[in-house]
Amino acid sequence: MARTTKEERKNGIISAALELFSENGFYITTIPDIAKKVGMSVGNFYNYFSSKDILAKELIMYISEYLGKNIRAINESDASTQEKIEQIVSMYFDTAKERPEMIEYFLRVYLSNREVFKDGCEGMICVSPFITEMMIFFENGVASGELHDQDFFSAFGLFMGYLGGMVFLYGEKILPEPLDDYKQSISENIYNALKTRT
Amino acid sequence: MHSKQEHKLKIFWLQGLTCNGNAHSFLNLEYLEELLEKIEFLYHPLLPAKETLSEMAKCKTSCDILIFEGAYDPSLKRADTFVDTMLHYYAKKAKYIIAVGTCASFGGIFKASSPQTNSGILFNEEQESGPLQGYSAKIINLSGCPVHPEWLGSTLNMIVDKHPVVLDKEHRPKELYSSLVHHGCTRNEYFEWKIDADDFGQKEGCLFYKQGCRAPMTHGSCNTILWNGVNSKTRSGTPCFGCTESDFPRTDLFETKTNMSIPVDAPLGVPKRAYLTLTGIAKTFHIKRLEEPLIDYKNDN
Repeated sequence: MARTTKEERKNGIISAALELFSENGFYITTIPDIAKKVGMSVGNFYNYFSSKDILAKELIMYISEYLGKNIRAINESDASTQEKIEQIVSMYFDTAKERPEMIEYFLRVYLSNREVFKDGCEGMICVSPFITEMMIFFENGVASGELHDQDFFSAFGLFMGYLGGMVFLYGEKILPEPLDDYKQSISENIYNALKTRT
Repeated sequence: MHSKQEHKLKIFWLQGLTCNGNAHSFLNLEYLEELLEKIEFLYHPLLPAKETLSEMAKCKTSCDILIFEGAYDPSLKRADTFVDTMLHYYAKKAKYIIAVGTCASFGGIFKASSPQTNSGILFNEEQESGPLQGYSAKIINLSGCPVHPEWLGSTLNMIVDKHPVVLDKEHRPKELYSSLVHHGCTRNEYFEWKIDADDFGQKEGCLFYKQGCRAPMTHGSCNTILWNGVNSKTRSGTPCFGCTESDFPRTDLFETKTNMSIPVDAPLGVPKRAYLTLTGIAKTFHIKRLEEPLIDYKNDN
């Protein structure tokens, strides 16, 4: 059997920790729980992350980079802004379905336990790749004449608050229809709310 | 043996469409008297000169350096002679041709009055399509609105002293235009931490975010070679208008153009993605020292 690399083992810890933190909460989950899930000793775990708080910050950076990378690919495509909105919504919902622990961690750990992130992960620091790509998306949309020029956070809150809310409802199993069924109507709503006003 | 007078470089200062701003600016040159011992004006619109414009308009003599101020307008006459005729005649004779100011360099403000016909002598905005294309190799552009007296003074000294004048792709001397106006700005710490100036004329804050400052994308040495030796626009709390660039004058000079609160133009050569990443992180932190007034005029007594 091929030996796993240090990077692969680190990613294994990240996946296991994301699942445990999002399922059981940040404070209930312990380092021994995470080490057990990935099949390593607690001592070896500390070779990868020196504390639970540092792991928590790495996780949010990992999610931000994952989302940022996907939105960057959309930003760099030739699609119209309306199509880009559909693609971002679709990517976000697919992530919520296929890797629910990522979005759950963002909503239930990062946004709900600010004290863990206040030192070294405040403001934009740990979510910069994601926010930066959303800035570029909005700036390009206005520059191309497709989106209404307004304050960035007014537009950002409308877009991401909406998606976060829908994924929260999905996670709570409140939505009567599969998440995919909402992609089109939500994309239309976001586009109609943000598009250039005539 | 030749006299000192005969060794002086002969200069003809010819004007196109102009406000005289560059001719006036040149009068502020600190070492003008010393320079005039090395050069001689055959004609200058403000300084005592050897010839009248009417004499020069006869196109019977020659000059070593032709200085052209103002935008080129093919229909403009001076001393009953087309400026175009004088421009071409003396351009052919001169060893150097210096376009002083942005109008002569790129068209500038006086191109705006008749954009179809007016231009700089070599460039029409960023296109090298002006009337003196054939003399490109001897043209030096000293853009600015107006030109800084030291930029012209030091260029003339380089020519007098036979130093090579290394030019950028828009024919501006690299010694004077290779850095940005942002370099040397006393507000750079506010730029680093993304702290806006609320208004003009304040000691605190950066003018890039709201007040339209173009210093991070404008070539020039305004903040390293100060005006009158003491100040610059940005130091005094007024935004740089980007007057040395070929797209000057832009519109809405006192506003930073933004899309969704994000500056349309990032600092020159900085990818927008990199700029936004740094900006977002810098804005996360609040540096109390930089957010407070430098002097509290009510209580610091």
